[in-house]
Amino acid sequence: MTLERFLILGAILFGIGLYGVLSKKHAIAVLMSLEIMFNGVNVTAVALSRYTVPYTVPDTFEAASRFLLTGHVFTVFIITVAAAEVALGLAIIIAIYRTRQSVLVTDAKELSR
Amino acid sequence: MTLTTESFAIDLAFWILSICTVISAIAVIQIQDLFRSALFLIVTFLGVAGLFILLGAEFLAGVQLMVYVGAISVLIIFAILMTRDLEEGNPSHSFRLPVAIVAIIFILFAYYVITQGTDWNGRLISENLDAEQQKVAATVFFKESIPSLARMLLTDFVLAFEMVSVLLLASALGALALVRDR
Repeated sequence: MTLERFLILGAILFGIGLYGVLSKKHAIAVLMSLEIMFNGVNVTAVALSRYTVPYTVPDTFEAASRFLLTGHVFTVFIITVAAAEVALGLAIIIAIYRTRQSVLVTDAKELSR
Repeated sequence: MTLTTESFAIDLAFWILSICTVISAIAVIQIQDLFRSALFLIVTFLGVAGLFILLGAEFLAGVQLMVYVGAISVLIIFAILMTRDLEEGNPSHSFRLPVAIVAIIFILFAYYVITQGTDWNGRLISENLDAEQQKVAATVFFKESIPSLARMLLTDFVLAFEMVSVLLLASALGALALVRDR
């Protein structure tokens, strides 16, 4: 139950973020929901890295012990990509706000037709 | 402290942190005032940082505090304040209900896969390793977690590490180019 509860918590956070991303109109609210999804994935990755042995091609503990912290490495990458994504996403939102005085994702639809 | 230590304090900390995290995540989605939902987003980030400490990832908890709580939430609050004169609240699409059903189906499916559909015992540290190997794993997790992380980042994952640095530089330059006054 120790591993499963962290995974279930990650899945719940991911589901809440999924609902927010798909149902919100405000672009900044969509970005915040995306951050919640990232956090759910991070909790899942760190919990898997803490409680399970990674599978390596020679399936011995000596080979696997080098990769025990793979989940931490993935989390570092996810946090970096999230920072880049927020900087770029907020820049796009500010640019859209300047040109058409709106931050709703439903108003930016030139590409849809 | 070994890898399989279980105590009432750890359980209590897990439940407090996870309930705070989930409730503030729901508050981020549901509160109509965007500024307040950004403040609840900070509470969510703090809860996840606490969960990282509970999982033995103190370095990641520090990174989470610096990057998410320190930088990303401040950026989001700045953006909210810059676009605040619109006074639109936090509106939702009209197809809110099917999206909620999709999210709930996802959570239930994940719950089924995690509890029933996967045989975790084959790869669990506590079930699979003997005492000597558990001691090595505990050294990696508790004593040498930051040196091991650095070694992995700069040997096995060095290509991804460099690519992510380039991506960060490119996105910073792209953000500057997008918001520059012409």
